[in-house]
Amino acid sequence: MTATVQPATSAAPAAPAAPAEPIPGTHIGSTPMTAGGAYAGTTHLPTYDDAVAPAVPRASLGRLSPDERFLRVGPWVAALALAWLVTQRLLPMAGLPWFVVVWFGLGLALTATAAAMTGGSTEVRDRLAEAVVTGGALVVAGVLVTTVYDVVSQGWRPLTHLNFLVDDMAGVGPKDAFDRGGVAHAIVGSLIQLGIALVITLPLGIGTAVFMTEVGGRFATVVRTVVEAMTALPSIVAGLFIYTVLIRTLGYPRSGLAAALAIAVMMLPIIARAADVVLRVVPSGLREASLALGASRWRTVWCVVLPTARPGLATAVILGVARGIGETSPVLLTSGAAAFLVTDPTDGAMNSLPLYIFSLVRSGEPTAITRAYGAAAVLLGLVLLLFVVARLLARPRGTKSSLRSRVLTRLRQAPSISQEHR
Amino acid sequence: MTTLPMPGAPDDVRPRRISRRSTGADAVFEHASRAVGASVLVVTGGVGVFLAWQAYPTLDRYGWSFFTEVQWQPEADVVGIAAVLAGTAAVALVAMIFAFPLALLTALYISEYAPARIRATLVSLVDLMAAIPSIVYGLWGFSLVMPHAAELALWLHRNLGWIPFFDVRGSDPDAAVWDASRYTASAFCAGIAVAAMVMPMACAVMRQVFSQTPPGEKEAALALGSTRWGMIRTVVLPFGRGGIIGGTMLGLGRALGETIAVFLIVSPAFELKWNVLEIGTSTVSALIAGRFGEASDAQLSALLAAGFVLFLITLVVNTLAAVVVARSRSGAGTDA
Repeated sequence: MTATVQPATSAAPAAPAAPAEPIPGTHIGSTPMTAGGAYAGTTHLPTYDDAVAPAVPRASLGRLSPDERFLRVGPWVAALALAWLVTQRLLPMAGLPWFVVVWFGLGLALTATAAAMTGGSTEVRDRLAEAVVTGGALVVAGVLVTTVYDVVSQGWRPLTHLNFLVDDMAGVGPKDAFDRGGVAHAIVGSLIQLGIALVITLPLGIGTAVFMTEVGGRFATVVRTVVEAMTALPSIVAGLFIYTVLIRTLGYPRSGLAAALAIAVMMLPIIARAADVVLRVVPSGLREASLALGASRWRTVWCVVLPTARPGLATAVILGVARGIGETSPVLLTSGAAAFLVTDPTDGAMNSLPLYIFSLVRSGEPTAITRAYGAAAVLLGLVLLLFVVARLLARPRGTKSSLRSRVLTRLRQAPSISQEHR
Repeated sequence: MTTLPMPGAPDDVRPRRISRRSTGADAVFEHASRAVGASVLVVTGGVGVFLAWQAYPTLDRYGWSFFTEVQWQPEADVVGIAAVLAGTAAVALVAMIFAFPLALLTALYISEYAPARIRATLVSLVDLMAAIPSIVYGLWGFSLVMPHAAELALWLHRNLGWIPFFDVRGSDPDAAVWDASRYTASAFCAGIAVAAMVMPMACAVMRQVFSQTPPGEKEAALALGSTRWGMIRTVVLPFGRGGIIGGTMLGLGRALGETIAVFLIVSPAFELKWNVLEIGTSTVSALIAGRFGEASDAQLSALLAAGFVLFLITLVVNTLAAVVVARSRSGAGTDA
């Protein structure tokens, strides 16, 4: 009976049929074999021999070899030099835009040439596609960088005065220096309007999405059709709707509440539809597994579907909020621009950041325009802040525990340890 | 000790009735979510119905001339949206010509070419670009892009001026000192700013669809020896076709309705023309933003009618996008 016992797992690398080559750096004890090919006797732990040279690391499959890397970078360096020669010395093409265009064109040509030297037309196409795709992504990155640079470079001067963030524009003329006046009223107005709009749209939007995906039925199809149709509503028409109904027909004054309602009308279909798309791609296997375990539909939605879709839902809400805070047109029609701090949304005109920027830019006064750029920088910062917060909230609960949960665990452990010591 | 079941069962045992009707908390959940859906239906549908109802008097009064008349002079009882519709289309088309290739390339870069380490960062950056307010893009287009766009317009006029789109009337492209003012504040300049705005949106949709490509098919293509571009061309692009078209249409829908960037950049002109490089145009939304303040009730109805027409156009565009996405494989969810 003992003769046919399989070796323990520690000797597993040595397969019974083919004696494995010894792995460098390890020395497997020689296992005596019986005539039938099965192991006999006891198993030996592998012993490590420090004198043997370490194993050569296997070359990574996906990594480029130095030759290939040179073939990718080389053409672009050559094209840079050639572009300088062409634009600065040979042809009358002054200016940075021409230089970049010529560089890109020459880079493509040289990349194709270099690829053709080592491979066929398939390689050429592959290499060209890679260059074009990367170039397109770089153009987009350039748009982002120049946008931020433009706003910050033109608007940094008002930002150096602290009063820009804590004062309002009450009694400040368009030509006054930057040490007077600020955008506090616009920031507060924007946040209040967005807060009201979110309170309305967040439950309604996500609730509708849950209804459309989880409950379903004929009525849900109707709702989905109408909601999808209404995402086409231009923001200015949403503003015009509230303007006509609330302000012209009902005689309600222009106010923060009207602006918040206009933003909500604009945001609701966007959030509902985006959330619907996110919920639809939750794998139905997860849903079925939850139901098969005996969970009710409500528990399935709450404990399986929504947590799975959480990052996507957060993205949907972020995009909706970003549109809401940056949209000028509904606010332009409904809120009216107050120059002073208003905290009651039902109490008359209330300014907001986009409207503040817009009205200052339209004024044409250089000082006011600089102020508008400063406000635009503040708006950008606000959007960035909201964005980062939402990203942190949306982070999926991975293996790495969050700071908060780690602290909580530590706090829970602390008393029990001290009790044990006692 | 076990007992065997008795063979003679009573007659009243019947199969259990299976009901899909939900009970308890499920019923509450179902009815509550149905109520939410109904309220959203009422709110959003109400807007559309209200717009149609308000637009009716204008459409009834002016009839077809509302769509063919170029001028917008409510004081003279001449109201038409032909010029603004053409301007809207011109701005949106210019925007899509710039935005579509950039969005597609960026989406491909992020999903296929970017190193895995920075992929999440790039996705966040595109989302951030989509989150940048339109008025910021308007400022960017107004102060940074417009001078360069004017030079590009001059170059296009000089070299491709025989195409009616690139002609600029009242300006000689070969003059020693070119008339820069004729090339600014045009549909072309506004289109570039709008392109920067809609590009991240379209890109986000495309990237999402590309990232859902079944990895097995991609690996199969690579295992058969195709290059990365071959894999993209044969697997990713066909799979993501619905997303490409849908994202583009979504961007187009937003470009049609964009107000503030256009309003900041263009100088208003009510004129039906092909010359996208030439100064002066107007869009429906810029018209509303410019005229709502001093509008009387009748003029407000005319503006609402214009807004309603704009809404219908974007609705058709978005519906087409939805149909295309739904028909393609990529719209079908993850259980393929």
